[in-house]
Amino acid sequence: MGSFNEFIHMGGYASYVWSSYGIVLLAFGLSIILPLREKRQLEKRIRRIIQNEQSSSSE
Amino acid sequence: MIMRFIYQLGSPPYFYALSGRLLPWLSGICLILFATGLYGGLVLAPADYQQGDSFRIIYIHVPAAWMSMFVYMVMAFSGAMALIWRIKIAEIILINSAHIGAVFTFLALVTGSIWGKPMWGTWWVWDARLTSELLLLFLYLGVLALYSAIDDKRKAARAVAILALVGVVNIPIIHYSVEWWSTLHQGPTITKFDKPSIDTRMLIPLLLMAVAHKFLYAIVVLLRARNDLLWRERRSQWVATLFKDGS
Amino acid sequence: MLQAFFIILQRDLILAIRHRAELMNPVLFFVLVVVLFPLGIGAEATILERIAPAIIWIAALLSALLSLDRIFRTDMEDGSLEQMLISAQPMSLLILAKIIAHWLITGLPVVIVGPLLALFLGLSIEGIETLFITLLLGTPILSAIGSVGVALTVGLRRGGVILSLLVLPLYVPVLIFASQAVDAAASGFPPVAAIAMLSALLLLSLSLTPWAASAALKMSVS
Repeated sequence: MGSFNEFIHMGGYASYVWSSYGIVLLAFGLSIILPLREKRQLEKRIRRIIQNEQSSSSE
Repeated sequence: MIMRFIYQLGSPPYFYALSGRLLPWLSGICLILFATGLYGGLVLAPADYQQGDSFRIIYIHVPAAWMSMFVYMVMAFSGAMALIWRIKIAEIILINSAHIGAVFTFLALVTGSIWGKPMWGTWWVWDARLTSELLLLFLYLGVLALYSAIDDKRKAARAVAILALVGVVNIPIIHYSVEWWSTLHQGPTITKFDKPSIDTRMLIPLLLMAVAHKFLYAIVVLLRARNDLLWRERRSQWVATLFKDGS
Repeated sequence: MLQAFFIILQRDLILAIRHRAELMNPVLFFVLVVVLFPLGIGAEATILERIAPAIIWIAALLSALLSLDRIFRTDMEDGSLEQMLISAQPMSLLILAKIIAHWLITGLPVVIVGPLLALFLGLSIEGIETLFITLLLGTPILSAIGSVGVALTVGLRRGGVILSLLVLPLYVPVLIFASQAVDAAASGFPPVAAIAMLSALLLLSLSLTPWAASAALKMSVS
């Protein structure tokens, strides 16, 4: 447990080290999540386009 | 053989299918690399004898700074391919690299400045490395602004390709001039890497993290490129069949 | 081929002289920016003398930026740009003519007025001499690099802000080498290295940017 506390403490530089790692984590997370969310929306829109075309061509 | 592969890669359905198959593998390898690199860097590596534990920022700062240059090189290279051979995939790689490249550059700046606070006592010094990184960020922002300002996206991609090539010619000049400027003004600056050799227990995690960042870049670009491709080709046959089979 | 070069050069100069009021704008802007600095900083001679090269050069960058648009914008609007693109003449050569015309119209006045203003800022004679040389070598680079930026943004409605974002980072080496040269000369060192760098940049930019600008124009006009 003591070594874990030491790890978190980072020899007194905890705020610097963990804030920079936090920012990086946030930025990388967003870079992955945003395209994934965009993909879901795109799929919905494209499906709608394809359906519209099919229904208009069948009429 | 290689030309044939590039030609195939240039075809959107092939690229879409291949990248879809590659992504899980890339993500797995990337996660493993990040896990081992972080464990090695944050736990196993000894504290630096001068900087203490604050040096551990190196494992995200330096890879991000390397990536910021690497991504711009990729952009210039795919820009050349897009202009010379009109390869659509090259255009898509080029423009979808710009966001993540700007993110890497921004992170290199922010972590560099957070690291600078305990080392130099201030958040920012006009040292050569940070200043050229800042200018590189402006180059990235210029690419993004130009792309979003042109409505016709094929035209925009060509404009951005030209800009990326102009930028890549200028980067060495900017870098050299900034270096020259900072040596004149500050005398010899204390660099973060003034030690003659770096402990292997410190070096190996750094290399692991650098490779992990490359994989992360590949993943983000592929994700964005696939979205882009899907939307651009939404009226094409292959997208239609893709959605018929899928749903 | 060379004939086309001179025709474009002559045409641009004549057009500029016809719009005499516009002709004065960049220089006026340059003078105004330089005058603002003593008002903002205070008339302390030592400080002004120290930062005079930077003031003059930053003002030169800004006034170049302000006038860049005219390299291609009017030609785009009246359709003569399209004519040039489909003509048999090599486009890069015509662009070089336009760059030189732009420099003669907007850069050369700055080269002449700049050293005069430096006198008011208290720069030493050695410094002023070097300032003149750097302006002479450096301002054409601004026109050349700027032509690429304008070529990329000429078709856009709100191209101005983007233009400055594209062009200013590329101007940084010119600013650094030029103001360093003046700094060195003002404090009694030979500014040879920086001036050599500026000359190299000038040759490089004049030989490369017409190609890039012509590629960009083909994209913008199509």
